[in-house]
Amino acid sequence: FYTLFVLQVENVKLLDRYTNRKAANGTLYLTATHLIYVDASAEVRKETWILHHHIATIEKLPLTTAGYPLLIHCKNFHVAHFVIGQERDCHEVYTSLLKLSQPVKPEELYAFSYNPKMSKENREIGWKLIDLKVDYQRMGIPNGYWEITDLNKDYEVCNTYPPEIVVPRAANKAVVIGSSRFRSRGRIPVLSYLYKENNAAICRCSQPLSGFSARCLEDEQMLQAIREANPGSSFMYVVDTRPKLNAMANRAAGKGYENEDNYDNIRFKFIGIENIHVMRNSLQKLLEVCEMKSPSMSDFLTGLENSGWLRHIKAVMDAGVFLAKAVKDEKASVLVHCSDGWDRTAQVCSLASLLLDPFYRTFKGFMVLIEKEWIAMGHKFSHRCGHLDGDPKEVSPVFTQFVECVWQLMQQFPCTFEFNERFLLEIHDHVYSCQFGNFLGTCHKEREDLKIFEKTHSLWPFLLQKKQELRNPLYRGFTAYKELQPNTLPFSFQFWCGMYNRFDKGMHPKQCVLDHLLSCMSQKMKLEDNASELENKLPFLDGPLPSEACFLSKVGRAASKTPMLNTPQDYEGEPPPVLSNGASAGDIDVRSDVDQKHNENLSHHQDLRDLNDTIDVLDSEAKDGKPQHH
Amino acid sequence: MEFAELIKTPRADNVVLHRPFYLAVEGTLCLTGHHLIFSSRRQDNAEELWLLHSNIDSIEKRFVGSLGTIVIKCKDLRIIQLDIPGMEECLNIASSIEALSTLDSVTLMYPFFYRPMFEIVEDGWRSFLPDQEFELLSSVTDEWRLSCINKEFSVCPSYPPVVIVPKSIDDEALRKVAMFRHGSRFPVLSYYHKKNGMVMMRSSQPLTGTNGRRCKEDERLINATLRPGKRGYIIDTRSLNVAQQARAKGGGFEQEVHYPQWRRIHKCIERFNILQESLIKLVEACNDQSHNMDRWLSKLEASNWLTHIKEILTAACLAAQCIDREGASVLVHGTEGTDSTLQVTSLAQIILDPRCRTIRGFESLVVREWLQAGHPFQQRCAQSAYSNSKQKWEAPVFLLFLDCVWQILRQFPCSFEFNEQFLIMLFEHAYASQFGTFLGNNENERAKLKLLQKTMSLWSWVNRSEELSKFQNPLFEANSLVIWPSVAPQSLQLWEGVFLRWNRPSKFLDEAHEEMINIIKYNKELQAKVNALRRQLAEMETDDRMQENL
Repeated sequence: FYTLFVLQVENVKLLDRYTNRKAANGTLYLTATHLIYVDASAEVRKETWILHHHIATIEKLPLTTAGYPLLIHCKNFHVAHFVIGQERDCHEVYTSLLKLSQPVKPEELYAFSYNPKMSKENREIGWKLIDLKVDYQRMGIPNGYWEITDLNKDYEVCNTYPPEIVVPRAANKAVVIGSSRFRSRGRIPVLSYLYKENNAAICRCSQPLSGFSARCLEDEQMLQAIREANPGSSFMYVVDTRPKLNAMANRAAGKGYENEDNYDNIRFKFIGIENIHVMRNSLQKLLEVCEMKSPSMSDFLTGLENSGWLRHIKAVMDAGVFLAKAVKDEKASVLVHCSDGWDRTAQVCSLASLLLDPFYRTFKGFMVLIEKEWIAMGHKFSHRCGHLDGDPKEVSPVFTQFVECVWQLMQQFPCTFEFNERFLLEIHDHVYSCQFGNFLGTCHKEREDLKIFEKTHSLWPFLLQKKQELRNPLYRGFTAYKELQPNTLPFSFQFWCGMYNRFDKGMHPKQCVLDHLLSCMSQKMKLEDNASELENKLPFLDGPLPSEACFLSKVGRAASKTPMLNTPQDYEGEPPPVLSNGASAGDIDVRSDVDQKHNENLSHHQDLRDLNDTIDVLDSEAKDGKPQHH
Repeated sequence: MEFAELIKTPRADNVVLHRPFYLAVEGTLCLTGHHLIFSSRRQDNAEELWLLHSNIDSIEKRFVGSLGTIVIKCKDLRIIQLDIPGMEECLNIASSIEALSTLDSVTLMYPFFYRPMFEIVEDGWRSFLPDQEFELLSSVTDEWRLSCINKEFSVCPSYPPVVIVPKSIDDEALRKVAMFRHGSRFPVLSYYHKKNGMVMMRSSQPLTGTNGRRCKEDERLINATLRPGKRGYIIDTRSLNVAQQARAKGGGFEQEVHYPQWRRIHKCIERFNILQESLIKLVEACNDQSHNMDRWLSKLEASNWLTHIKEILTAACLAAQCIDREGASVLVHGTEGTDSTLQVTSLAQIILDPRCRTIRGFESLVVREWLQAGHPFQQRCAQSAYSNSKQKWEAPVFLLFLDCVWQILRQFPCSFEFNEQFLIMLFEHAYASQFGTFLGNNENERAKLKLLQKTMSLWSWVNRSEELSKFQNPLFEANSLVIWPSVAPQSLQLWEGVFLRWNRPSKFLDEAHEEMINIIKYNKELQAKVNALRRQLAEMETDDRMQENL
């Protein structure tokens, strides 16, 4: 058992930066994949698991009376403050973690060694769970105006696009190829979402190589083809999601934005979302605010303002709302780009789809959306999340911002999403965990080269298995709400404590409405079973009980919850592949110790079973909570 | 005075009513002595708006040609606009509203004219009597007594006729202590913690002055609450600096030399116009929709509202902690002991005492710790966020208390029998009401106004099952534990239900609430059904067995 640890250090303290509780004292273990801290001082055995891939930074702080402090910041905003008795131990942990947390080669990533003991067939079924073609079919594509083309099957058009892309039928090969030469990195305009009710489409691309005056006939034809694929509108929008100044600066480098004079009937618009560097710095400032030790209200609000974080979130949301309105209200198609069209463009297009189409607010739909707009279209997860030791300037919380926008929508529209906040957090965790293949690499081609479809597992079936705890009990079903029109006034945006202070449980509501309602839901199923069982036992019924009338209406509505009424495909009917080994060890590595009660029944790495057998339910009652003031 | 004299134009037609998120409606405007009534008079969908004049905080008028516009800003923070054709009508109506919404005499207020349209099941004026409270107390301890020393309000004008004091202190001593405390508010019992027998008392500041006056009886009184060898805590809701300055005006604080068994802690909670300005700034920020994110956050910060929330909650947690965790008795006071003191003592009880988290218990808390304890509601709630009067005595002390309760409710959503609507309702009635409950500044004034005889109590109306059902929290599961809220800035939020109530549509949030109620209700019904089926089955089985036996 112990030989499986890379390192084991006794007499390590774990400080709780939130309460003044006595620091935990225990043992720190390093395995090939995790840092595990076992608190020996607590009455119940308490473990903290940190996945090496989640570690963002490790700092050695100046010596204190208690020992040598080691501060670990995680990408999922977990902050662990250890104090180690011996300098030698501290240094050893430090250097080991540095190495373990920054793999150099992709093959070192967890996904390639992660083995949930699943059969080959099931693994393959898992990868086939999401089929983008089915989503295009749902939109009615191919149709008279749009086709799925394999022009990019050898990545000749664009090596960061998937092999199959959706373009206007009117755009022939020459137009596609011509346009690709005029777009940064060949990222030509392709369809992101078709709003079936009125044929208005959202398309996405990268910036044109227009410089100060260059034009390209094929590119102009491409835009014309997109506009004409929506005969209901005489114009289309071209939205540049960058601040105007940034776009203008790009002209000097031979890039830039579309000249309204060169393209027929386009309405050009800038939406100022800042670039990845601004966003990275903004998050950094936000996290500093979140980590302040006992800040005043003023400190916090001023810090929140100065971080600019919510301003950026609002900018992304505003852009998504603009797109959705253009499509729905003005019935106009929109072409969106930023610089390369893989960061801001992905945020904005996926948000607009989410606002327009209730399908994307279901479990399955949200997975499709991420696969389509983020993974397939070449959002560079590997660089943005810093999966490998690389350029820190490439790291940026672009996907985090998208996830937050979805959360902000959940606050405004609590009954419109099939899933709850935990689903978002799970996905966010796994974007960084590298435990599953989905988010590895930077684009489809790279994932093929890495053989992720052969060598790794897909995240989605694992999440679907946990549907019961990830669902939103307030969800009113697929047909209850169509388009969403969020309020984007500043006061509509809240600080997301559940994300950025997620591991500071003391800050969260001590009783959780979600848990309460989820237990209601499972209780409901049991009661319904009980009721029908009892009814069967009774030879006859004396007519309905007084309360039954309202049951029926409720059951009637529950039936309409099946989100498939409007769609050609029976997504819900298709069961996720049965996993032979239940959930994964990954279920535990992304959680803090306090979350472990959810994992009681899950199996873990075999070699760690001894550890996990003893996990106890923690933090169950308010009586454990202590006042944290003064 | 006849109201008719103030109403020059009792009625105007073709008035257009504008409200945020509703289409403008045309209709007829009527003024009565206490209400502004707007009726759309449309056959298909008649809409009516009844607004108490006393709910009107300020009005503005402006003219475009002969079309006049009146903007009415209410104490419940709503803003409506009326377009009234005809300059004279508009001016008349505006001046009537102004006069009627600022009546000098309390006895002209609506509660004195209101005739309830509901059956009174229980007279709310008799729902929460001090004797009942004392009975509860005497069932667990005999160290306290009910004193009638203030029967005629002769000792302390802002105290109720009966108060609970240590048994060992006689009325003569109390009289001397009263002389030593600001406004004669001598220390009285606020809360008895059954779990460990510790108590919370409240009073006003001692009148030590610059030469350090002392009062043996005062020392004896508060020491009477200590267990042998135990120390107590005095929580002074002023900063040390402010408390020291108070000595120059004859006030002061308990000196260590004279109160060696007590440890004094200063927790600064703001009062008066600082709070009123904070409210005005906050509401201004919430109402200005032109702000960008930075401006909004900076205005929210500059209003300091959440800072006050955090300060008040922190002090209350501290008091609760001293009692529950340290096992010590606590005395809370500021200067007069009618504002921040009551915020702290009432919130500490919500933290400590599960009873205060029930509807009935919370009502009782409001009666005991606010109404009977002499919080000057009439002065504090004379004006709200749109006032320009800048009177020192106007302050949203009670609203801050309710906001703090909401913060705790948000953190412990299953521990309260009541919901957010209940708190909002109390906020509304504290500022404008058809009921007499919040009139006057203390029990003395209420007795003089004969409110018991002449007006209806809010509790008579609330405590009927039709009303109560609106205020019940479906998630409630009695929790007998002490609940410790977090006061980290990340844990405190703007109370949207009050401050953004009129600034955004609430449809989707209402639907969520409805859905939640349905889920829980359905489960309860299901449980009832299963139980009924089980019973039925059991009965049939016994029937069968009996038949077999026959």
